[in-house]
Amino acid sequence: MINRFLPILVMLAGLLVLWYLAVAPMNLRGGLDYAERQGAAVTPATASARRDANLLILLVQNRQFIGYAYALERPALPTPNQVLGEFWKTTGAMVMRGRAWSKRSLIYHGWLTMKTTLFGFALGGVIGMFGAIAMVYSRVAAMSLMPWAIISQTIPIVALAPMIIVLSGQLGIESREVPKAIISAYLCFFPVLVGMIKGLRAPEDSQLDLLKTYNATGLASFLKLRLPASAPFLFTSLKIGIAAALVGTIVGELPTGAISGLGARLLIGDQFGTPLAIWSALLAAAILAGALVTLIDMLQKIVLNRMGMYR
Amino acid sequence: MWVFWVICIWFGAWGLNIWLTSKRFAAAPILAPLVLGATMLVLWEIVVAGLGLSAVILPAPSAIFLRFGAELDLLWGDFNQTVIKGALRGFAIGVSAALLCALAIDRSRFLTKGLLPIGNFIAAMPIIGIAPIMVNWFGFDWQSKAAVVVIMVFFPILVNTTQGLQASHAIHRDLMKTYGASYWQVLCAMRLPSALPFIFNGLKISATLALIGAIVAEYFGSPTRGMGFRISTGVGRLDMDLVWAEIFVAALVGTGFYGAVTLAERYFTFWHPSQRNR
Repeated sequence: MINRFLPILVMLAGLLVLWYLAVAPMNLRGGLDYAERQGAAVTPATASARRDANLLILLVQNRQFIGYAYALERPALPTPNQVLGEFWKTTGAMVMRGRAWSKRSLIYHGWLTMKTTLFGFALGGVIGMFGAIAMVYSRVAAMSLMPWAIISQTIPIVALAPMIIVLSGQLGIESREVPKAIISAYLCFFPVLVGMIKGLRAPEDSQLDLLKTYNATGLASFLKLRLPASAPFLFTSLKIGIAAALVGTIVGELPTGAISGLGARLLIGDQFGTPLAIWSALLAAAILAGALVTLIDMLQKIVLNRMGMYR
Repeated sequence: MWVFWVICIWFGAWGLNIWLTSKRFAAAPILAPLVLGATMLVLWEIVVAGLGLSAVILPAPSAIFLRFGAELDLLWGDFNQTVIKGALRGFAIGVSAALLCALAIDRSRFLTKGLLPIGNFIAAMPIIGIAPIMVNWFGFDWQSKAAVVVIMVFFPILVNTTQGLQASHAIHRDLMKTYGASYWQVLCAMRLPSALPFIFNGLKISATLALIGAIVAEYFGSPTRGMGFRISTGVGRLDMDLVWAEIFVAALVGTGFYGAVTLAERYFTFWHPSQRNR
């Protein structure tokens, strides 16, 4: 246990230290501008002279003002505790005041994003699974569909996203959820499809032959052999799929001019020039991604355990 | 009337594909998807004409191709800005940085054990979200797009290369030891070649990510050219022919880029079992 986690913890601590160290040079000019406005004697004295000065020299000349770089309201690179502070302000603190569902709370936006992600994940998962079954059982489907499935993934979905939104709007679909879910399904069906095909083809010839000697029907050999054999492959690809579905939802929230969801928080934070809002939305997205993948992972362990396949 | 044609063509093409695949022609794996694609295009054209859809909702494929032909200069400028300046440069920087990083990490077991799980975790994150931050840092031009692409392609390559470098068999390592090979000889003659299938796996993932990153970053600010810029402003002006022409370019580029990586994979890892039985 220690052997596994010690290196990870050391690396994480190292990255954190690097982050803190990077804040000073990243924010130095902004911090010095602020110090100058406060009336401090900064060298060189004007912002334009500082813009031309070497960053390293600037850092040495103004070492007494480095503290300002760590306390900016709109930093180029916020410190981890600034990000955590903003994150807490828009989640935990709002819960304590009983305003968890306020439009300014990340819980509300994260919930909306998660709902769409799960919706798109379900859609993409079902398409992927049934597509895999069709391709395993039908040569025609495999030959004519598979190349297009691959090509569909090389087309950057973000190019299609605004079109999907306009199209579904024109077709009279009022809900903003539907186009986002379609985009996220588009991204997540492919890993499921590929994993499921691999899984359905996993049984060996001897096992299929055995079922044939039992005079098993096609349906029976599907339900009793191919489907169970595909479970480990399916869960592995579901984990990739749900991460892809989240990316799809966030991308889908960007060009919609959506006002809710984590992607919209990123866009709004960008438009209003509030980097802390962007960083805390990113943190929320990362936590959501981690939680969703962990959820599938737990589901995998439980299901495979019950099936006696867990190694 | 047109509904009848739609049904006729659909089942005709279906029958053609069944016939193609059952006869086991050598060309069937290429012809069958082409038949499907052509059928979809024809049906799209017929449905748009039949329903009388306005170009604002869904332009016909013929209109898109005409617009594509008419706007070649504009599309080339966008392609140059987004793909050549943003995506390809970012891809090259990100891939080389990740390869060097993987080689450095690989020399220490501690680093490998620490960074591999973190890299795996970050690879599952929606990294696309850093686009606004990069635009803030590096400005509106291609530098910010390349920066997003660098970060997006870095982790898949890093993780895959690190795994690939550990994939060599113990018996091969022993053999190299009996030859008295140095670290660099072992690396170049044995470990890098055996890592190649893994590296190409990462490259394929990254090839599609690179385009996504470059286009999304343009939603957060760009000069007045670029594929993402053109798509988002085109949608605003309901200039759908142009948007679809731009999507067509994106599809061509994405498929071409992925195809190029696949060809390179076939050339460099022809010895690998997954490439042999073709």
